[in-house]
Amino acid sequence: MGGIDEHLLTIITFFPLAVALGLMATSIIGSALGADGLPDSLWQAVALAGTTLTFLLSLYLYAAFDPLETGFQFTEHAPWIAQYGINYFIGIDGISLLLVVLTTFLMPIVLLAAWNDIKKSVKTYLFFMLALETGMLGAFVSLNLFQFYVFWEAMLIPMYFIIGIWGGARRIYAAMKFFLFTMVGSLLMLLALLVVYYLNFEQTGVLNFDYISAPGTAAVGLLDTVVSTDGVWWKSQTWLFFAFALAFAIKVPMFPLHTWLPDAHVEAPTSGSVVLAGVLLKMGTYGFLRFALPMFPVAAVAFTPWLMGLALVGIVYGSLVAMIQSDIKKLVAYSSVAHLGFVMLGMFALNVHGLNGSVLQMINHGLSTGALFLLVGMLYERRHTREISEFGGIAKPMPVFAALFGVVTMSSIGLPALNGFVGEFLILLGTFLVNPWAAVIATSGVVLAAAYMLWMYRRVMFGPVDNEENRGLMDLGMREKVVIVAMVLPIIWIGVYPNPLLRRIEPSVIELIRVVEARSGGADEDLASLTSSHSLSIAAPQGVSIRRSLQEQP
Amino acid sequence: MVNGVDSDLLHWIPLLPLAAAIYHGVMIGLVRRQTPQTVVAAVSCGAVILAFVVSFMALLDLLDQPETSRLLVDNVYTWIGAGIGTSAISAELAFRLDPLSAVMILVVTGVGSLIHIYSIGYMDDDHRDDKGFQRFFCYLNLFTFSMLVLVLADNLVLMFLGWEGVGLCSYLLIGFWYSDSFNAYCGSKAFIVNRIGDFGFLIGLFLLFGALVEAGHPAVSFSGIEQHFSSIVDRTLTLPAWLPFGTEWRLVNVIGLCFFVGACGKSAQLPLYVWLPDAMAGPTPVSALIHAATMVTAGVYMVCRMSFLYAAAPEASAVIAWTGGITALFAATIAVTQTDIKKVLAYSTVSQLGYMFLAAGCGGFSAAVFHLGTHAFFKALLFLGAGAVILAMHHEQDMEKMGGLWSRLHATRWVFLIGVLAIAGVPGLSGFFSKDEILVAAYASHVPGHDWLYGIGLLTAGITSFYMFRLFFRVFLGDCRAPVATRDHITDPGGFVVKPLWVLAFFSVVGGYFGLPQVWGDLIEMENSNSLANFLAPVLTSTEAHHLDHSTEYGMALAAVGLAAAGAALAWLLYVKRPGLPDRLAKQMSGIHRTLLNKYYIDEIYDAVFVRPLVAFSDRVLFRTVDAGLIDGVAVNGTANTIRSLAANGLKYVHSGLTQTYVFMMLVGAVAIVMYLLP
Amino acid sequence: MIPTEHVIALSAALFTVGVIGALVRRNLIVILMSIELMLNAANLAFVGFNRMWPGTEGAPAVDGQIFVLIVITVAASEVAVGLGIFLSMFRNRDSVNVEEVNLLKW
Repeated sequence: MGGIDEHLLTIITFFPLAVALGLMATSIIGSALGADGLPDSLWQAVALAGTTLTFLLSLYLYAAFDPLETGFQFTEHAPWIAQYGINYFIGIDGISLLLVVLTTFLMPIVLLAAWNDIKKSVKTYLFFMLALETGMLGAFVSLNLFQFYVFWEAMLIPMYFIIGIWGGARRIYAAMKFFLFTMVGSLLMLLALLVVYYLNFEQTGVLNFDYISAPGTAAVGLLDTVVSTDGVWWKSQTWLFFAFALAFAIKVPMFPLHTWLPDAHVEAPTSGSVVLAGVLLKMGTYGFLRFALPMFPVAAVAFTPWLMGLALVGIVYGSLVAMIQSDIKKLVAYSSVAHLGFVMLGMFALNVHGLNGSVLQMINHGLSTGALFLLVGMLYERRHTREISEFGGIAKPMPVFAALFGVVTMSSIGLPALNGFVGEFLILLGTFLVNPWAAVIATSGVVLAAAYMLWMYRRVMFGPVDNEENRGLMDLGMREKVVIVAMVLPIIWIGVYPNPLLRRIEPSVIELIRVVEARSGGADEDLASLTSSHSLSIAAPQGVSIRRSLQEQP
Repeated sequence: MVNGVDSDLLHWIPLLPLAAAIYHGVMIGLVRRQTPQTVVAAVSCGAVILAFVVSFMALLDLLDQPETSRLLVDNVYTWIGAGIGTSAISAELAFRLDPLSAVMILVVTGVGSLIHIYSIGYMDDDHRDDKGFQRFFCYLNLFTFSMLVLVLADNLVLMFLGWEGVGLCSYLLIGFWYSDSFNAYCGSKAFIVNRIGDFGFLIGLFLLFGALVEAGHPAVSFSGIEQHFSSIVDRTLTLPAWLPFGTEWRLVNVIGLCFFVGACGKSAQLPLYVWLPDAMAGPTPVSALIHAATMVTAGVYMVCRMSFLYAAAPEASAVIAWTGGITALFAATIAVTQTDIKKVLAYSTVSQLGYMFLAAGCGGFSAAVFHLGTHAFFKALLFLGAGAVILAMHHEQDMEKMGGLWSRLHATRWVFLIGVLAIAGVPGLSGFFSKDEILVAAYASHVPGHDWLYGIGLLTAGITSFYMFRLFFRVFLGDCRAPVATRDHITDPGGFVVKPLWVLAFFSVVGGYFGLPQVWGDLIEMENSNSLANFLAPVLTSTEAHHLDHSTEYGMALAAVGLAAAGAALAWLLYVKRPGLPDRLAKQMSGIHRTLLNKYYIDEIYDAVFVRPLVAFSDRVLFRTVDAGLIDGVAVNGTANTIRSLAANGLKYVHSGLTQTYVFMMLVGAVAIVMYLLP
Repeated sequence: MIPTEHVIALSAALFTVGVIGALVRRNLIVILMSIELMLNAANLAFVGFNRMWPGTEGAPAVDGQIFVLIVITVAASEVAVGLGIFLSMFRNRDSVNVEEVNLLKW
């Protein structure tokens, strides 16, 4: 590595923010000189170019990523508030790689889609969107928990304003609900985080927030902190896991903590919904994968039946409730609850198939639900309503729209050869291998998904054009086509040839399982020995064995 | 892993129709310029015909192989791969051609080509405002692609891709004329009911894979499963006690039943047949291709593909046989009263599929495939013939408004008659031989109650003959009941419509001789006359059966022919000789008649038992009570309201607005802190 | 020399007078004066206590006296702000009674 590679991750993470600050600087300088700032459209163009460039950089990151490595790659470590162990420490493995690419991919699309959608205070909007992107990327790449927490909270703020300023009629209520829900969870997580930090200090005598031990430092990462399974309650794995899990479960969202989601989605502007569904929800599942599972494996395994149960309830409940919604966006929001239920189910199957599928399904959900929200937004732009009953026969005036909507619908249903199937199949398979009945119940969610999506699709797209207002609707324009086709292409690509993605996910997943199994299987008596055995590291030596077995695969 | 001969030919077979479909899709969606119909037709039909040619070449390659191990494999790439070691799953994008899939691809591309050509003429006549010539061929090509993937798939996961793909195309084509809400409704219904079946398919797949993982031989490819099948054949599965099926089950039986649920959905068997009659809302070529000749036989194909499993699972096979038998009879009785020409054929299809399952369940896998093939010919012929009639009648499907077409449709009448004779089982035509083989298989099998099954099959043969002749007489004989205005304009449709009919009629006649049962072969002193069964033998696992001597078989054939003749005679009596009689009979037995006319009220029962309660439950209990009421109302907003009301009713009075009160409180606080800190 | 206790006692007495004045009087001017009394009581305490810490040769401890200077500065600015509030209140209400200014409540 050399040249740009060395700081590639930092560049990708902070580039959007830099663009935002640069644009803001021009405005400030402009107004200081008494001139008008740059026109809105120029802001839009610059923001779009900036996010596109970020995406291209992340593609380069994807290409440069070594899929056979189990540890973190592209790591960078620099002291920040070093005396308290707060460092700037970033790096990615296969899981975060894909989420980073997904985030950078969605951003230019969202900006392009919102080109005419956002009319009031465009500049502020763009600033928030760009800041949001940096916030999300930062959370995905952080390997220092303090830094993670900062990003985690930081992305809340732009999202709050995006819903609260550019949202629909009940936007204030929705934004408030979104903010409070997330806040409740993250404060508990902060407390738990401080407890782990304290335990780490107790055990090593060094203050350290780094997740794993960074190169060139002697400090033991929080991951390798020994957290006992009994003793003082607030120091035990059970409670710490609970606090982390609550924060992440709210973000996922898992039943019964999901009610902020439909409100937030319905009120948010299209671009907000897309980012919310596409990336922000993944924060929750990512948090489970990255932190909650490996840090508190004993408790995680103990909680598995509960979390699987909630995931199942989420799948069935989300599907059933989605079925009777009259607002398309709300229907999609509830379908998100069901889809994320699949992600959680696969994750807590805790085997390679389930986790592989779970990570892939995060990407899939971002693509298909994101595309659904974009399409619903296009419909809303034309008719200013999202009530299913207002539509009917839309396929007649808008055939291209109907066709693309159809593809995305099928992807959401999980039709083979489209992306949804691969994830769902692996999740169900993984779940079946550990708990057949759970898989049976979850599979019924697949049937229900077809029911609610097709029912909606039929009522919106087919039938006679009853409503006069629908008769003259314009089909998609060039910009809209570009947006949706850009979403549909990866949907098909992942469905037809998912293996490159799976190969990048797999080493990280295997490593995760190894950590969880090594620490939960032996339970208490082995805990002492774990202090010395550092796991998950940068270019881990145990990666070699996995590398070998991966290469042996036919 | 797969030890077959590599062949680069195979992936072209599905790829050609896919390429045509993509071409159409791009032209419709992105280029947005009207493509000339001739180009559309040439591309579509060309692709399918080319696929047929390639299939034929592949068949020739296959025949070059030694007879017992004929297998061609084309491995393209790894589609889904996950895990390492003994739980690794690796679903390849790989195609396999063995005798079974060879028969299937020939049927699919062969009959498919004819129907594509037919569609040129049929869809040309489309005057609806939601028409789309190119869209239709796009879907049709996509369907052909999916169907070919289904039959050529080397593993269960890829087969599922085709399985769902044909479901999707079926959905799209049933709702092709989407401006009519009913068509769209039928399409969704087909997809969702199929999904219920897929549920079984997936669970079966998981059970099978899970068992193989436990046995240390993870595999999803058919050869892999078959190779390691012996390691799981004796496993048992413990079901929880609260289920009413008993606790100990042989695993293979459960797997077999799960897959059969999938087959029930796709092949329209009880209780999941309800979508097929509604599927007639689609254009007639679609009904012929998808809902008669190819897609609906996918379930039968799958059962035959897994014959090694079903041969080891007698209980599951018995369920299949009985489901098939009952469905055959059940659907035939409904067909008797239907007046829509396509509905009659639809129920007839359900009934004939029941026959195939009856055969497969009784271990007569080659009989099932044989009937699958002959049925593809004569049912496609009947549907296309019906389509020609419908075209001639200016899109009238009600038989009450037809009649007397014999003198008007000169080209269609003979081929239609051939189709009717073939399905009715007239000796010498294809339907006779295949149906005969099924009845023999049922009679000779060890399935519990196999003689009853034979009886059901025999009875169904009689009813089939009755309703098919009823259809024929109602349409072609008697007085013309069409409105006077259209009566004089009833003529044969053009060449694209009629010519494929002749080809199909030819095969409906001679198709039976590909698989001439040995008992008839002996008559003409021909050795190994059942070339189809011999060809298929290496891939189909045979089960033990009673031996029947030739005289028994001749007797059975005689019985079947006799019943068919009786059915035909009855139809003649009722609909030609004494046309007033059916109405009187219907009045006398109004209860039965109404039940049959309303298809045993199955749709209504499903609606009342499953759909409505589920929707009501979701709406009232889950959404309104749990979501809006409990979680949002009580937990979320409840917390907020509690705090707000606490503040509003008590806490706020602390804020009196009087500066001096604040000063006083501050003082109290300061004093309290000092008191606390003082030792 | 006056013992520190006496200084503290005087300071405490002054402070108490100030507190009572701030608590019971209604007139804003008087309240402001009472606050000044309290501040001065604190100043007195600072100076008194400072005498207990003579510091070293050449570097006498003057922390308490410095604090007093700071407090005097703060007090001066406070009076400026307080009188400003007083004036605008008198202009708007024709009164300097603090009980009449209670809009900022529930």
